[in-house]
Amino acid sequence: MQGIIFDIKHYAIHDGPGIRQTIFFKGCPLGCWWCHNPESRSPEIFSYQKEEKLDQLKIQSRETIGRQYSVPELMTEVLKDQVLFEESGGGVTISGGEPLMQFDFLMDFLKACKNQDIHSCLDTTALTDTSRMQQIIPWVDLFLIDVKQVDDQKHTKYTGVSNEKILENIRMLDQNDQDIWFRYPLIPGMNDDEADLLRMMAFLKSLKKQHPISILPYHKIGSQKYDRFGIDYKMDGIEEPTEKKLSQTQQYFENAGFEVKIGG
Amino acid sequence: MNTRIKNLREQSLNAVPRISAERALLVTEFYKSDFSQKLSVPLRRGYSFKHIMEHKSICINPGELIVGERGPEPKSVPTYPEVSLHSLKDLDTLDSRPKVWFKVDNETKKAYEEIVIPYWKGKSNRDKIFSQLDESWIDAYEAGVFTEFQEQRAPGHTVLGKKLFEKGFLDLKVEIKEAIAKLDFHQDSQALQKREQLKAMDVSCDAIIGYAERHAEALEILAQNEQDEDRKIELSTMASICRKVPAHAPQNFHEALQHYWFIHIGVITEVNPWDSFNPGRLDQHLYPFYTKEIAEGRLTEEEAKELLQSFWIKFNNHPAPPKIGVTAKESSTYTDFALINLGGVREDGSDAVNELTFVILDVIEDMRLLQPSSMIQVSKKNPDRFIKRTARILKTGFGQPSIFNTDAIIQELINQGKSLEDARNGGASGCVETGAFGTESYILTGYFNLVKIFEITLNNGTDPMTGKEIGIETGKLNDFNGFSDVLEAFQKQLQYFADIKIKGSNIIDHIIAQNIPVPFLSLLIDDCIANGSDYNSGGARYNTSYIQGVGLGSLTDIMTAIKYQVFDQKNISLEALISATHQNFENQTTLRHQLINDTPKYGNDDDYADEQARSIFNIFYQAVNGRPNIKGGHYRINMLPTTSHVYFGSVTGATADGRLARKPLSEGISPFQGADRKGPSAVIKSAAKIDHLKTGGTLLNQKFTPALLEDEKGLDALVHLVRAYFRMDGHHIQFNVVTADQLREAQQHPEEHKDLIVRVAGYSDYFNDLGEALQNEIIRRSEHVDF
Repeated sequence: MQGIIFDIKHYAIHDGPGIRQTIFFKGCPLGCWWCHNPESRSPEIFSYQKEEKLDQLKIQSRETIGRQYSVPELMTEVLKDQVLFEESGGGVTISGGEPLMQFDFLMDFLKACKNQDIHSCLDTTALTDTSRMQQIIPWVDLFLIDVKQVDDQKHTKYTGVSNEKILENIRMLDQNDQDIWFRYPLIPGMNDDEADLLRMMAFLKSLKKQHPISILPYHKIGSQKYDRFGIDYKMDGIEEPTEKKLSQTQQYFENAGFEVKIGG
Repeated sequence: MNTRIKNLREQSLNAVPRISAERALLVTEFYKSDFSQKLSVPLRRGYSFKHIMEHKSICINPGELIVGERGPEPKSVPTYPEVSLHSLKDLDTLDSRPKVWFKVDNETKKAYEEIVIPYWKGKSNRDKIFSQLDESWIDAYEAGVFTEFQEQRAPGHTVLGKKLFEKGFLDLKVEIKEAIAKLDFHQDSQALQKREQLKAMDVSCDAIIGYAERHAEALEILAQNEQDEDRKIELSTMASICRKVPAHAPQNFHEALQHYWFIHIGVITEVNPWDSFNPGRLDQHLYPFYTKEIAEGRLTEEEAKELLQSFWIKFNNHPAPPKIGVTAKESSTYTDFALINLGGVREDGSDAVNELTFVILDVIEDMRLLQPSSMIQVSKKNPDRFIKRTARILKTGFGQPSIFNTDAIIQELINQGKSLEDARNGGASGCVETGAFGTESYILTGYFNLVKIFEITLNNGTDPMTGKEIGIETGKLNDFNGFSDVLEAFQKQLQYFADIKIKGSNIIDHIIAQNIPVPFLSLLIDDCIANGSDYNSGGARYNTSYIQGVGLGSLTDIMTAIKYQVFDQKNISLEALISATHQNFENQTTLRHQLINDTPKYGNDDDYADEQARSIFNIFYQAVNGRPNIKGGHYRINMLPTTSHVYFGSVTGATADGRLARKPLSEGISPFQGADRKGPSAVIKSAAKIDHLKTGGTLLNQKFTPALLEDEKGLDALVHLVRAYFRMDGHHIQFNVVTADQLREAQQHPEEHKDLIVRVAGYSDYFNDLGEALQNEIIRRSEHVDF
């Protein structure tokens, strides 16, 4: 069986505990306006014309986004960083895209990691069939889950999908005593007004356990990619959140007893 | 930092490097004297040292607590005509060159013209060396196949052990007396030479004691005339310290620092050794004094810091002696490579990190001076917080301290035949060189241009830059049927040049042993006294000669490109590829792009490329390691460049990795600038594939953006990265934490960035003092961002 991976990042230090290797699975059911990996959405491999400069000369080449890997191939890449995982208490973080879209491949890969005693984080939107989410529980050490917006209307507007299933899956994982780190992408004007925060707080407090939260401030870094891949960018005019806004938000959750940090 | 230290620091930073003719005149005066003519060579050296120490000017800077300057004032640098004589043209060059200059006044020029040059012309050690070397050596040297460390500077490359923190020179005089008494003139054919050598050492003891007493006298006079009561007491205390050390063993913290400093001045005045001198394991040597006085309430942490800060400034007052020609190119810096070692393990193998270690790290951070260089030795037994404290200093973008693997150093030393205890007392000095402190002479003989040798191989023994046949015929391009043929030809060519280099070094070592024995340095390093033998003649317990390989990353990429593009993928013929390099890739940009972007590269944890690094390393190792030197020791390899990768690049044409002609090569064992694209973990994995334990040091340079060290997690990750590298036996890693944008800005507006210090290769330097090629190279070195 083959999976489609669009990037592998070594020395990732903000995607879970320790030093991690982050593997980006291609394909995502969401279409978040602020997504900084728009090339990850389509599940297919594609290529585009790339232009590079060398000695003032323009060189055209074809760059391919996405590559097929078998589980053994991917494990070879993972095991290259084993010494770093062991020294730092790190491991593999599976991100995307949405890894659960390649469910069978993901399961095999997670089992292979478990077999080698490699700690795994699943960075997921949590949008999947609950039965699949249940199946995967024994093979994942830590879930990294975005809480983008608890209001379903707004969620649908900015991500293209309802959050009903997402919230249900989070509740299920929580009920099953899973370790979760929440990630709240703070996008000015889209999920950061008082009502948004109140709803989010109510949801998080309704869970059995108070899971830690990372606030991920919106940054414009991804905008160039939209140009490069010819994807419509809807975020023009949206500014990155201020330090003040970030620390206020951090304070807000901390006052309710949550462990909060800014950044991954 | 208090006002006193601030003022002294300012004085040091603002002092103008200049040449002083004082020492040259004194040594000339002595060599001309009738007395000198009657002496054996060792005694002539001993007495000339004494003559200099008796007559050189005494400098006591306002407010300072540690005294002793090599020249008449801070950054006033003496010359050493008996080692290497500067011509008037050399003096003009030093005075006028844009980087690493030294002001030369007319009086100095006159002294040179009328007294120094007429006496020394044709007689300096340098002249003697060049008159004895083979034509093949000269050819290779001129082509930039290798450099020669001993052509302008004397061998040194050693570090003080603990002995001199426990003994004074009067104690050494007793040892010398005993050694002379033990000489067996009936059985030992060398007895007379040994007695002369030991007498010279004895004279050198008197020289350094007398030099301290001259400071005591000057301080007593200053104290008498001092109006400020506090300073008066200080000056009196300093005077009594100088009456005591270095004649006697130091008893307290202040005495220990002053004691070492006199020794330091002695070593760098006797000759101009490479790597000045070095107190080595400073936190270990000073710890007994520190704890005792702290416990007795006679010293506070603040006072200890102030003394250490004063000590730091003394190092910064002493730029490297002036270098010219190739020597200036291979080591274009004012830094004189005194590398303070912290941490590691004790002689009994236990964790050596103590509270003084952290006090000294504070001093390093506060002082932010170019000199001394500093490093931490990290053993698996040392706590993580030791590395993390260091990471906080690195985060400030200062390039110091560098980080070394104690456990690897110990294994390297044991592999070379040292005892376990001597190995544990060792460390690294200079840039990254492994040594047994206090017991070893370990000489760098010169850089060895691996890429140039490969270029000559591809041209069947001819240097394409000059058209001169300087190598041996190892086959034409169309004789190579597979990649292994290429490797075999390279192996033969390298062996040929290693033979030339080693023969040359043996000749040079003989000349040095005959002409410039160093009785003062011999006092400091065991077992010169016991053996009655000079440091430069094999008197030390261990004697190692290093040849430093340069361009591993570049050559790995070059060979990988040939293997991949020519022999495996068959995209291009070897002739076409090499012809493109001869044309410097003119109108071949697409090919060059392919070589740069679509070819496996070293530094990405890709076995295809890294396999070549291993081959090159093994070929170099086999050609050099274990061959005897003339001092009873052996030749070994290490992998470091100082600034020679820029010089070596400048004499090497375009290469199959896509590098253009005359551009810098890779440095140390670091990947070629910009070739590593998978982040620092991939770099350390690639770098760890060579067997570091077979070397006497490797240098890995890693550039980090400040963003990677922004938070606690980033600092922790750096600690873990270091631990991971060291677990794989990596020898050394250093970090440059500065953005490419900051460097570009500094290049545009040097006047606004006078204080910008960056890591070069095994040492830090002011960015402004670097040549443009090196500045550009540092900017290009891959910058790891948190993507």
